[in-house]
Amino acid sequence: MLVGVLALQGAFAAHELALAECGVQCRQVRVAADLDGIAALVMPGGESTTMSRLLTTSGLFDPLGKRIADGLPVFGTCAGMILLAAEVLDGRPDQVSFAAIDITVRRNGYGRQVDSFEADIEVPKLESPFHAVFIRAPKVERLGAAVEVIASHQGVPVLAREGSVFVASFHPELTPDYRLHSLFLQEV
Amino acid sequence: MSSPDSPTARATGTYPVKRGLAEMLKGGVIMDVVTPEQARIAEDAGACAVMALERVPADIRRDGGVSRMSDPEMIEGIQAMVSIPVMAKVRIGHFVEAQILESLGVDFIDESEVLTPADEAHHIDKYKFTVPFVCGATNLGEALRRISEGACMIRSKGEAGTGNIVEAVRHLRSIIGDMKKITQADSAELFEWAKRLQAPLSLVQEIAETGWLPVPMFCAGGIATPADAALAMQLGAEAVFVGSGIFKSDDPSPRAKAIVEATTHFRDASILAKVSRGLGAPMTGIGMDEINQRFAERGW
Repeated sequence: MLVGVLALQGAFAAHELALAECGVQCRQVRVAADLDGIAALVMPGGESTTMSRLLTTSGLFDPLGKRIADGLPVFGTCAGMILLAAEVLDGRPDQVSFAAIDITVRRNGYGRQVDSFEADIEVPKLESPFHAVFIRAPKVERLGAAVEVIASHQGVPVLAREGSVFVASFHPELTPDYRLHSLFLQEV
Repeated sequence: MSSPDSPTARATGTYPVKRGLAEMLKGGVIMDVVTPEQARIAEDAGACAVMALERVPADIRRDGGVSRMSDPEMIEGIQAMVSIPVMAKVRIGHFVEAQILESLGVDFIDESEVLTPADEAHHIDKYKFTVPFVCGATNLGEALRRISEGACMIRSKGEAGTGNIVEAVRHLRSIIGDMKKITQADSAELFEWAKRLQAPLSLVQEIAETGWLPVPMFCAGGIATPADAALAMQLGAEAVFVGSGIFKSDDPSPRAKAIVEATTHFRDASILAKVSRGLGAPMTGIGMDEINQRFAERGW
């Protein structure tokens, strides 16, 4: 199975390492031709406004949007979650999003870097807690009816899915624990 | 919303949290800005962060005198203008300037040789801070000493304010070249490497295993064109800092956008050709034999 990793900007290399540990082949996705033949896509953390701009200039936004609408499984972490959300608060007015999961997220909703944190979160689908790293993380402020919450932290959803679109406000690629990548791949 | 789960431990300012932001900036362009308006232009162009400072390095070089941390009011003006991470510089060893920047909620501190050093022997103990630090390096030993002091990101120094990429290339090749050699060394030779580099043995052993620094390495100092940014990336830098190269050029906005695209598509020559067209004149730049102050020599 070939899994794409959006490689416009951000922590894509860390996701590639995690996916390789899960035993799948990866391809960096920067232009539309890179989408050919991928069975799933990971959208990494990074700067969502930067990725938004590069999605437009690279011509990737429309073809990728079509693949997602056609059911391409996607896992968006942090900035990737922002790019997939139906509604983005505190974003730039020209910021694009795929509106692939019916949630509202607030950019940097947990604060600046000095407020970034790590914490154990309970993930009922896993046998033991997952150690999660939150970096200038987006905060989920609204959930659509079709959205399933997979994990919360202090009452706020931090891992969720709608159909084959998975989002996390933290960074599972920053810890050597690949259970959430595996969970996503199982659903592909 | 789901019902509140039991509160779990929540730790800020840890090494993984600090290093994590460096990871998020990979593949991006961090732009020097001196006003909120320039910060807006940088964010509009797709910068992944801005570096707030009083004067760009080219002006520091021209004006001379002592160069210090920026006015907090100016930094707050930039924080209010943009939503991307805001970095700012402190003088080497000036831990009080760093305390002030941390209290402002700056996202990353650059302990920078571009400013006039405050301490001729000691860099800041960066473990004491919640905010992450980046430091410059001209060679692997310098990089590892900064990491041992708690730096979460290294940038090759290059020669800031020159618009000349030659020093950045020298430093990248030196750092990466030595890492390649270390991966070929046997375990006994690693002791000698640690001595020669004046760096902790444990970090040298880690490089022998992984082939890379334990933190991201970006490139700074002399990038003036999209091709310069792509050159740094192809040589192995994981992101780029652009200082004077944007706002000392004829037309900053299109140049900033082009450098962002070049950093993403750094291996695609046809995209590089496309984005390099019609940008107007880059900053004039200066040759290394024309300068009398090498910023890169500051730091120990």
